[in-house]
Amino acid sequence: MAEAAQTQMEISNEVAIQIENMNKWYGTFHVLRDIDLTVYRGERIVIAGPSGSGKSTLIRCINALEEHQKGSISVDGTRLSSDVKNIDRIRSEVGMVFQHFNLFPHLTILENCTLAPIWVRKTPKKEAEEIAMHFLTKVKIPDQAKKYPGQLSGGQQQRVAIARSLCMRPRIMLFDEPTSALDPEMIKEVLDTMVELAEEGMTMLCVTHEMGFARQVANRVIFMDAGQIVEQNEPEEFFNNPQNERTKLFLSQILGH
Amino acid sequence: MSDMHAHSVAFVRETMLPEQEPPASEVGVVHWMRENLFRGWANTLMTVIAIFVIYKIVAGAFPWFVNGIWSTNSLAECREILQGTTGGCFSVLTERWNQLLFGFKYPQDQYWRLILAFVLLGLAAAPVLFNKLPKQMLFFTGLYPFIGFWLIWGGTLLAPLVALAGFLVGFAAFKKVEHQSFAMGALAFLVAALVTWFLGGFAIRSAPGFLALEAVPSRDMGGFMLNMILGVVCVSLSLPFGILLALGRQSDMPIIKWICVVFIEFIRGVPLITLLFVANVVLAYFLPPGTTFDLIIRVIIMITAFASAYIAEVIRGGLAALPRGQYEAADSLGLDYAQATRLIIMPQALKISIPGIVNVAVGLFKDTTLVSVISMFDLVGMIRGPILASTEWNGVYWELWGFAVFLFFIVCYSISQYSQWLERQLQTDHR
Ligand SMILES: Nc1ncnc2c1ncn2[C@@H]1O[C@H](COP(=O)(O)OP(=O)(O)OP(=O)(O)O)[C@@H](O)[C@H]1O
Ligand SMILES: [Mg+2]
Repeated sequence: MAEAAQTQMEISNEVAIQIENMNKWYGTFHVLRDIDLTVYRGERIVIAGPSGSGKSTLIRCINALEEHQKGSISVDGTRLSSDVKNIDRIRSEVGMVFQHFNLFPHLTILENCTLAPIWVRKTPKKEAEEIAMHFLTKVKIPDQAKKYPGQLSGGQQQRVAIARSLCMRPRIMLFDEPTSALDPEMIKEVLDTMVELAEEGMTMLCVTHEMGFARQVANRVIFMDAGQIVEQNEPEEFFNNPQNERTKLFLSQILGH
Repeated sequence: MSDMHAHSVAFVRETMLPEQEPPASEVGVVHWMRENLFRGWANTLMTVIAIFVIYKIVAGAFPWFVNGIWSTNSLAECREILQGTTGGCFSVLTERWNQLLFGFKYPQDQYWRLILAFVLLGLAAAPVLFNKLPKQMLFFTGLYPFIGFWLIWGGTLLAPLVALAGFLVGFAAFKKVEHQSFAMGALAFLVAALVTWFLGGFAIRSAPGFLALEAVPSRDMGGFMLNMILGVVCVSLSLPFGILLALGRQSDMPIIKWICVVFIEFIRGVPLITLLFVANVVLAYFLPPGTTFDLIIRVIIMITAFASAYIAEVIRGGLAALPRGQYEAADSLGLDYAQATRLIIMPQALKISIPGIVNVAVGLFKDTTLVSVISMFDLVGMIRGPILASTEWNGVYWELWGFAVFLFFIVCYSISQYSQWLERQLQTDHR
């Protein structure tokens, strides 16, 4: 499996996500303005930007956790509409990892991981459990399977959250600041898991302030400000030679001490 | 460490301190008493007063119990035996035992049916209350309403069978068209069930003696059994209705939302007793003349409506306490609304709401005694009416009301203990 994954590192021409001229308002507040973004299969995109710039809103629009009002979003060639069936299908193809893990506290780790495969994919329980154990092993916590989320550390919980998403065999993974609720010593274990995932060729969109991670795995960094994509580039260029004034300011704040 | 400079802040611990026993004055009975009963003069004074009050109560109640008479046929006989000494006349309980439990009209030779129904109720409730029990037992729980009805009301077994068949056929129809839409499924359920019941009605009329128990009309139900029937039926109905109302109140669909809001707010704004009077008198005006819409059913509808509204509000509180992230995580995994609600949202919301729900359930159970005001002979109705009014037992207040209090306390205290046990069972965060 690992070998196959390595060769997938290069990016295909197949479009995974196509966002065209997308706009979103919260009431009268214009959060996202004319977003155009094409994500190819196998791409690892890091989205950065100051607080309130609309990063979370953008990736939440992709799996319809937020509704957009203008423009279009297509995931895997399927255009997001307000049809519930359509939305549920896209959501089952797109995994999402949240800042605050959002594990289901009343279910064990294993049940957290098998729930969606059993109910959405109609996978037999036994098979779902095998898949779950496979991914729990991958995120290095198979021995916690019988515990409840409340008994795990933050880093472990976030890795479970990643495994839970992976159990649905998603084609795209969205991360919304997956490490910013974690203590420093736990950030690394989560990032390691994400690096591994990237190396296997998963298409990833990741909102994060971990610039080291961006340099290591991203093939594209997107900088957002005031609801717009202000700049995007390869990580080397982005960090070493930012063009836009806002980007320069942001980078100097986040990197320069 | 000896060479450490006096002004240096650097410090390295070289030996770890072992754990030590607490000093003797911090443990033991004497310590506990000093801490909790005799700490300061005010505390000590309170303790002394409390002990005095407890002594007075026990000293008064003890001879009343010990000298109690259990086997006479009237209060007058009790008085004769007691000759002025303190003592309870508990004979009223033994002599009127059946009336207290079953009312005064239920045929005596049929009491076994009620006892059997009660025992089976325990069996039916067990798998719902204790989720460690095998899931197959729920099968019996599903059948119990029909068995219970047949045992208590009697009549032909066909009646509950047809009722059951209606549900099963309806459910099958629902499953058939469910994939089209939920509303279509619900409609199919209704149509199929009604057709089955309609056809079944002929069967019942043509064979009224088929496996028939002696039929007992609702107005003959009484005693504590009536409280139990009302309590059990209304609690088990009001929980699902409460859940639906709570969900409806959060619905995106304005019509559903408004129906639920108006219902809840209206019901919460009126006293239960007025609803019971409505059930007793007014409802009859709305029904076509000649229909005999059982008083018990009318009362059940009213109490259920009342309890549902309260439970809905309790559950709404539980729903509000859930972090948004739970909904989002469920959504992001592709679960649909029904799945997310059933598997993620409700289990957590209900767990948060347990104390509130139990509060409503206990309140509801006690409120079933209100039916005594609309001339139904529940436990309170029996005591107030036939028993205290009889020449033999006129004046035996303490023993009778004490018994009623005791019965209700047993049930309500068990419910409360169960709910605390359940809360501990469901606690998954710190184990
Ligand atoms: N539900 C909402 N209703 C109204 N305004 C909202 C809502 N959610 C977010 N906003 C606003 O939209 C803007 C973008 O929010 P968003 O959460 O996308 O920012 P972000 O870039 O993810 O910020 P952060 O780095 O702090 O997470 C913010 O100004 C925020 O106040
Ligand atoms: Mg954010």
